[in-house]
Amino acid sequence: MASKSEQRAEYLLRLGDDRLVLGHRLSEWCGHAPILEEDIALANIALDLVGQATLLLGRAGTVEGKGRDADALAYLREAVEFRNALLVELPKGDFALTIVRQLFFGVFVLLQAEALQKSTDRDLAGIAAKGVKESRYHVRHSADWVVKLGAGTEESHARTQRGVDDLWRYTGELFLADDVDRAVAAESFGVDPSTLESAWQATVRDVLSRAGLTIPATTYMQRGGREGRHTEHLGHMLAEMQIVARSHPGASW
Amino acid sequence: MVSAGASSRDEIFAILDEVKDPEVPVLSVVELGIVRDVAVDGSAVTVTITPTYSGCPAMRVIEEEIRAALEARGLSPVRLETVFAPAWTTEWMSADAKRKLAAYGIAPPGRAREESLVSLTRAPVVERVPCPYCGSRDTEVRSEFGSTACKSIAYCRTCAQPFEAFKAI
Repeated sequence: MASKSEQRAEYLLRLGDDRLVLGHRLSEWCGHAPILEEDIALANIALDLVGQATLLLGRAGTVEGKGRDADALAYLREAVEFRNALLVELPKGDFALTIVRQLFFGVFVLLQAEALQKSTDRDLAGIAAKGVKESRYHVRHSADWVVKLGAGTEESHARTQRGVDDLWRYTGELFLADDVDRAVAAESFGVDPSTLESAWQATVRDVLSRAGLTIPATTYMQRGGREGRHTEHLGHMLAEMQIVARSHPGASW
Repeated sequence: MVSAGASSRDEIFAILDEVKDPEVPVLSVVELGIVRDVAVDGSAVTVTITPTYSGCPAMRVIEEEIRAALEARGLSPVRLETVFAPAWTTEWMSADAKRKLAAYGIAPPGRAREESLVSLTRAPVVERVPCPYCGSRDTEVRSEFGSTACKSIAYCRTCAQPFEAFKAI
């Protein structure tokens, strides 16, 4: 049985890894977005997510008490040690897929951060409160785009629908609660993700229906990220993300 | 020159009011609400700060500049403490600070709203930020994400001038 601090650290890693991995994926758009404003917007959102990740991983390191800071946790862990949901590690795809993922993840993060503002951990509550303000901008941005693309041209509609079809089976994992989630929720340190699902479903389904997009009939859901079982994509992403830190141990600039 | 060991809280705030945000050089870190509190004990100073955005890259520079400004006045040791709650809001910006922003060419923030999830995904933002150049309200926000995390990109239809607007957050 894991100790209280182990459970808390594990929970904080999940929060931090979700944001770090997606933040890095989003940063891959820098210089490649369809219009300049989007290049800037996606880079800004990536910056917010990586910033939140830095704070959350820093807190995870403190709670863990093994002397690892945010950098050590970001750059010196293997893929099997990452605790992010599979949704955020998938390759960025086209702009439509990226935007659909931003909607799926953004709504989840906003609901999660709103709940975490009441955490008994003062630092976590404060990090969440700041995140709520940032997430509001992110959700407005992605919802706006999903409607614009879904209700746009035949091409944009088809691509956005493909994004929904490809990503839907990765959304269930966001709401799966295990012993760690239940334990931290019971002591009001964290929030049980399953309690966020109905609000998420209502919001996302509403945006998709206004965009003229349909949810795939399949109810099969992928899982594994929270236990360190990842897709092959995470390893490749980490190799790129970690190479400088691993090639020059302890370097600073 | 503030003599070491004889500084009041007000004097420290006055020194910090000379430290400008590198990304918004017309406003000081005090005017922006980044400095939340100051505690003085002899020549030792503790400055409590809060980041504007979680990933704001200017924060590290701001920390160094706060430290340098205080040490230049003989204050030491300088300790910086970061707090996250309450979360930074543009509501802390004074009317005077907003006037300075507008004069600099950045539209000041409007009222920060606590929007619900439903209104975020439904109502498009139709906020008409007044143009800092001609004052017209016939403007549009082109992108809510600008050159820095705290600014959006707007355009004035009256004077045909693109401009930056400080986000209300």
